[in-house]
Amino acid sequence: MPNIVILGGGVGGTIVANQVARQMRNELKNGDLSITVITESAQHVYQPMFLYMAFDQVVPADAKKPERELLDRRINLVVGAAERIDAAGNAVWMADGTRIAYDYLVIATGSRPDPEQVPGLTDGGYHFYTEEAALRLRQALHDFQGGRIVVTVGVPHKCPVAPLEFVLMVDDWAKARGIREKTEVVYTYPIGRVHSIATVAEWVEPILDGRGIETHIFFNPETVDPQAQTITSLEGETLRYDLLVAVPPHTGQAVIGRSGLGDSGGWLATDRASLRLQGSDNVFVLGDATNLPISKAGSTAHFEADVVASNLVNLLRGGLGSVRYDGKVFCFIETGLKKATFITFDYANPPTPVEATEMIHLYKLAYNRLYWLTPAGLL
Amino acid sequence: MTEGLKVIDARNSFCPGPLMELIKEIRQEQVGAVMEVWSSDAGSAKDIPEWIRRAGHELLASVAEDGIFKIRVKKLR
Repeated sequence: MPNIVILGGGVGGTIVANQVARQMRNELKNGDLSITVITESAQHVYQPMFLYMAFDQVVPADAKKPERELLDRRINLVVGAAERIDAAGNAVWMADGTRIAYDYLVIATGSRPDPEQVPGLTDGGYHFYTEEAALRLRQALHDFQGGRIVVTVGVPHKCPVAPLEFVLMVDDWAKARGIREKTEVVYTYPIGRVHSIATVAEWVEPILDGRGIETHIFFNPETVDPQAQTITSLEGETLRYDLLVAVPPHTGQAVIGRSGLGDSGGWLATDRASLRLQGSDNVFVLGDATNLPISKAGSTAHFEADVVASNLVNLLRGGLGSVRYDGKVFCFIETGLKKATFITFDYANPPTPVEATEMIHLYKLAYNRLYWLTPAGLL
Repeated sequence: MTEGLKVIDARNSFCPGPLMELIKEIRQEQVGAVMEVWSSDAGSAKDIPEWIRRAGHELLASVAEDGIFKIRVKKLR
């Protein structure tokens, strides 16, 4: 009986499990196939809600559901920490010593924010990449009465549109609270334009300018001095702040390093089309865990999961598993508290933002509630 | 290919893009490491060398081969 093991209970891993379970329900029912999801947390978290949580628009309960409720009942769920992947032995070893063997492994371990990479940032700044951090930022924004808000961006990071969304939302938020006139909003970005995508940068530059948002390009955060309330870039520029909000640098998960599989950042060498771990026939990688030069975003994991699930079903039915990922990504971009736009692109076609509208914003808010259909493999 | 050269294949990367990929790699490599970023974006031939200069690293080469821009850099700090 083939065993599929999926390491990671985020959006990508959960989609793969449910899609394979749905397409191979008879095999599962008859005991001819086993699917196991391993995840550290019993709760499935919809991470994009953290941004809204920081602005007190949603609360933590809106962002999570039990993973068990999201998975097909015939899928095994193991809640616990994986110690290492034994790729040569086709098994995952758990921290409690349990060995979970696989015929096919899907590594969907994601990434984790690592603000400690920038000395002083944890003490001197805020972020919104975990529930705890988003709640700290929520309190800081609640207490904020005016001053200089500086947004800084580490590399690599998850959700490349989040820095823009935060800065545009905080501008609207300050206006709504009546403190915009005594608030400076400063946006910094690591490369030579205000967003990695040229068309997005061209679209948003006049918006930032029109809203009086100060921009600094070629700014990679190097150190933060919490006492002096300054941040200094790798390129040698120092900015003063009253409230520092970071999109922190991210790393791969520690289990990847312990398994000797990733590079020094913990990212897995992945074939950009087959999504197989390079050098392996039976290990797939998706989402943030890959080293692919594409956005670390939920939609990336989603579209990759569609490909991995199709290939697993095909392989189990005697095929060659040759469905290819085309690099598809889709991202909403909030342009304030009332309007949004979106971009979609792949390896061959660059994105072009459309005019921001209230309708797109409302659709994004609706999707935040509909999200639970995505890990279920339905949307 | 030069021995020990790390290639960063960022062809067809619209987001985060070749320069961001280079910054990611250079941050996790040791001082003295040599890497070469591949980009299909003509803008990289200007943006990447400018960042290398601002960040205090050494630009070793910048060539275009069949529409692919290959920029080689040595990490100095």
